[in-house]
Amino acid sequence: MGKEKSYRDYLRRIDAVDRKIKAFVHFDKDRIEKDAMRLKESDVLAGAPVAVKDNICVKDELTTCASRILKGFRPPYNATVIERIKAAGGMLFGKVNMDEFAFGSSCETSCYGPTRNPWNIDYIPGGSSGGSAAAVASGQVPMAIGSDTGGSIRQPAALCGIVGMKPTYGLVSRYGLIAFASSLDQIGPLTKNVKDCARLLNVLAGYDEKDSTSVSRPKLDYTYSLRKDLHGLTIGVPEEYFIKGIHPAVLKAVRDSILSLEKMGAKVIDVSLPHTKYALSCYYIIAPAEASSNLGRYDGVQYGARQGGSNGMVEMYIQTRNACFGDEAKRRILLGTYALSSGYYDAYYLKAQKVRTKIKEDFEKVFEVCDCLITPTTPAPAFKIGEKINDPLSMYLSDIFTIPANLSGIPGISVPCGFTENGLPVGLQVLGKWFDEETIIRVAFSYEQCTDHHMKEPKL
Amino acid sequence: MGKYEPVIGLEVHVQLSTKSKVFCGCGANFGSAPNSQTCPVCLGLPGSLPVLNKEAFISAVKVALSLNCEIQSTVKFDRKNYYYPDLPKNYQISQYDKPIAYNGSVEIIGQPGKSVAIRRVHLEEDAGKLLHDQDRTQSVVDYNRAGTPLLEIVTEPVIHSPEDAYNYLLSLKTILSYLDVSDCNMEEGSLRCDANISVRPAGQKKLGVKSELKNMNSFKAVRLALEHEIERHIDLLENKKRVVQETRLWDSDNETTVAMRIKEDTHDYRYFPEPDLVPFHVDEDMVKRIKKELPELPARLMLTLRDRYGFKEKEAALLVADKKVADYFEKTVSVKNSPKAALNWITQDIMSELNARAISIDKFGFVPEYLAELISLIEEGTISGKMAKDILRESAKENISPRKIVDGKGLKQISDASEIAGIIDEVIGENAKSVKDYRSGKKNALMHLVGQVMRKTRGKANPSIVGRTLKEKLDSF
Repeated sequence: MGKEKSYRDYLRRIDAVDRKIKAFVHFDKDRIEKDAMRLKESDVLAGAPVAVKDNICVKDELTTCASRILKGFRPPYNATVIERIKAAGGMLFGKVNMDEFAFGSSCETSCYGPTRNPWNIDYIPGGSSGGSAAAVASGQVPMAIGSDTGGSIRQPAALCGIVGMKPTYGLVSRYGLIAFASSLDQIGPLTKNVKDCARLLNVLAGYDEKDSTSVSRPKLDYTYSLRKDLHGLTIGVPEEYFIKGIHPAVLKAVRDSILSLEKMGAKVIDVSLPHTKYALSCYYIIAPAEASSNLGRYDGVQYGARQGGSNGMVEMYIQTRNACFGDEAKRRILLGTYALSSGYYDAYYLKAQKVRTKIKEDFEKVFEVCDCLITPTTPAPAFKIGEKINDPLSMYLSDIFTIPANLSGIPGISVPCGFTENGLPVGLQVLGKWFDEETIIRVAFSYEQCTDHHMKEPKL
Repeated sequence: MGKYEPVIGLEVHVQLSTKSKVFCGCGANFGSAPNSQTCPVCLGLPGSLPVLNKEAFISAVKVALSLNCEIQSTVKFDRKNYYYPDLPKNYQISQYDKPIAYNGSVEIIGQPGKSVAIRRVHLEEDAGKLLHDQDRTQSVVDYNRAGTPLLEIVTEPVIHSPEDAYNYLLSLKTILSYLDVSDCNMEEGSLRCDANISVRPAGQKKLGVKSELKNMNSFKAVRLALEHEIERHIDLLENKKRVVQETRLWDSDNETTVAMRIKEDTHDYRYFPEPDLVPFHVDEDMVKRIKKELPELPARLMLTLRDRYGFKEKEAALLVADKKVADYFEKTVSVKNSPKAALNWITQDIMSELNARAISIDKFGFVPEYLAELISLIEEGTISGKMAKDILRESAKENISPRKIVDGKGLKQISDASEIAGIIDEVIGENAKSVKDYRSGKKNALMHLVGQVMRKTRGKANPSIVGRTLKEKLDSF
C-alpha cells in the first residue's frame, strides 16, 4: 500500500502512462495536492491513492457514468463509500472510465472512448469497471473502487490480472452509487493483491442507514483471513462452469489452480448448479428492467445535458435522451421497458424473478456440502478493441460466470491465475456463502501466496 | 332519476402531516421558499436512495385501522413509471399489488348503520409542483412537495348518490381530523378527491361505462361535479348515445365537466417492485399498540355522548363532526356539568359566531372555561339568557371572562322581588291602556308590559320574576 510509494510517485506514473491506457476521465491534480496536506499519517489507508469509478458520487467532482447525458454533473454529496475512504485516510485520485452507465464488458461504450488493457493496449481491459482495473494493473494507483452488477468488477480484474471483489449484496452501502440495476449493484475493491483487497473491504463494508438494502451485521476485520491455510476447507467445482467453448488457456490455468488448492490441503469436490444455464437470460430481463426505470430520471429537466428545451416538454425528453444516450444504453432501456410492459410483465419480469429464486436455491443447496466454489472468472481472456462491439450477444457472454453471484447476492473474488501464451491474464473466481467474505479472502490469499502472477507487471 | 342508478367510487389522496418527507429527512411544511426543502433523495439525484420514514408508516397504519381495514402482514413498495417534470425520478414510489391495508369501512356520521366500503389504503410519495409563467413559454418546478407522504384511500363502487359521496367525504375528513394526521385542506391540496362514476338502468347488475372526474377542489365541487356527470350520462343513455370511458375535468367556473385531452387510460405505468426498499414484515405488536392508542372515533363518540348525556343522535352528531368542537364540549362540561346548556350554546350561538368570523373553535377567544362560567351565571340567576348572548360576544371580542364583564359593568341581574315590584307598579301606572287590554282578555299585552319593565331596568331584571310578579299584580285586581 502507499507506504513504500508516495502519492507523488503515483501522480508521476499517471503522467507517464495514462496517455496510453486512458483510465482516468476526470482528474484534478490541484485538488489532490490540497487533499494531501490534510492527510493524517496513522490512518487505516495511510494516504493510499484510490481511483473511483465514474458512477460513484464525489461531492462537487464530475460524476458522469461515462455518459453524455450526465455532462457536467457534479453531485452535491458524497457516496457513503467515499465518506468512508476519506475517513480512513485514503486519497481520492480522480474518476476512472467505465462502460456508459456500466452497460458493457469492455469499457468501449464510454462516451470518452475505450480504456486500454495494460498488458496489450490493443485489447480491452474488460468492463464495466475497466478504468478501475486498468489503473491498478498499470500501477497508476494501488487500489480502486468499482461496481459489479453482472461481473463488472471481477471480469475486468481477471482480464487485467489484478484482484477484484464483489461483496455480498448488502455488505457495502450503495448510497451514492448511480444505479444501474438496484437489486444487483454492489460496490467493491479492485487491488493489486488480496491483502489490499481485505484492507479496502474493511473500509467499504458496513451498515448504512441511508441504504435500506444494506444489512446491519457485526463489523469484521478481513485482514484476519489473510492466512495461508486451507485445512478443513471443502471447495466445490461446479460442472456447469466448465462448458464447451472455454478458452483452453483459461481452462488449463483454472484446472492447475484447483490442483494447487488441493495440494495445500483443501478438499475438492464436484458439485452442480443446475439452473446456471438460465442465469444469462434471467439477468438480461431483470437488469435492463431495473435500468429502464433507473435511467428515467435523465430527461434534461434538472441536471446534465438538455436538448430541444425550447420545443416543449415532450420534445425536450425525446431529443435529450436520443442525442445523449449511447447505443447500448438505448438497447437496454428498450429491452427493460418491453419486459415491464403490461401484458409482458408476467412472461418476462415475473418469470425471471422465479428463475432468480431457483438460482439462489442452487447456491443454498451447494453450500450445504462445500464452503466455497472455484470457477473461471471469464470464459476467455481479453479480446481486441472493436472485436465484439457490434455483436452484443457475444459481448454479453463474457459475464456468463459472474452473473449468478449477482442474481443470488453471494460474494465473489477474482484472483490472477496465469497468462495466455499471448501474455494476457486469466482470472480465478472464488464464490462464497452470503456474508462469508472471510472464506473467499482466505482461499484467494492462500492461492496467491503459492503463485507469482500478482507480482508481474505489464511493460509499458 | 328513478329509472337510473349512479354508481360512484371515490379515490382520496391525503397528505400526511409528518415532520419529514416519506423517504428522506427533509421537512414537509407548506409555504417555504421554493426548493428550500429538498435534498438529493427527494430531488431524485443520481445515486440517492429512499429510506422509509417510520412516522409516515405509523400514520398510515393509524388511518387504515380507523377505517376498519385489515393491515397486511408484509409491506412492499412498487415503482410507478411515467414522465413528468414534477416527478424527479420519473417514477413514483407507490404500492401496487400489496397496499398497506384492504377491506375497510367508513361509518357515515349522523346516519347510524350507514357506511361506505373501503377497498384499499396505500402509501406513496407526492410529486413537486409545476409553475408556469404568464405567457406559458417557460415552466419552473418547485420540489418542496416532492416526496411528502400521501395516503390513497379507495372506496368500493358502492356509493349511489352525490349526497352520499359528499357525506362520505365529510365523515372521512372528520375521522382524519380525529387522528391528527393531516391538515385535510382541499384548497391547499392536502386532501384531493377523484371520482369514478357510471350510470346504469335501475335493476341492472352490470356497471355502465365510467368516467373519471378530476380537478374538484372542494367537497361541494365533488357533489356538483357528480350531479352534473350523472345528468350527462343519463342524457346520453336516454338519447341512445354511447358513453365513452374517459377522464373528465371539473370546470368550476362553468359548472361543467370537460374531457381531458391526454388520455390517461392508455398509460402503461410499468409497475414493478421497488428494489431500493426491501419488503418488510409488519410487527403485529406494533399494530396492536397503535390500535390501543387510537382516539375514540366520531361514530363511536357520537354514541357515547348520546348515552352519557341523553342527547339525540342528531345533536351528538353536531358536536362530533369536528374533533375540536367535541373537545370544546368535553372541556366545558368538565368544568360545569350542564351538558344540555353546553350543547345549545355551542351548536347555536358559538357556531354562528365562528361562521361569521370564519375561524375554527380552537382559535376562538371564548374558551370552554368561559362558556362554563357563562352557563353558571345563568343558572345562578345572575344574568338572563338574553344578557348572556351579549356577554358572550363581548367576552369573545375582548378576551375577558364573563364574570368579570358582569362585575365590571354592574350587569348583575335584578332578582330582588321588592325592587322589581316597585318598578312594575311604575309601569302599571304609566301604561293604563295595556293594563286595560290585558284585563279585557288581550293576553299579548302582558309581553308589552314585560318589555317596559326590562327597558326601565336596562335588561337587568330577572325576566321570570318580572313575568310572574306582573301577572300576579294584574290578575289580583
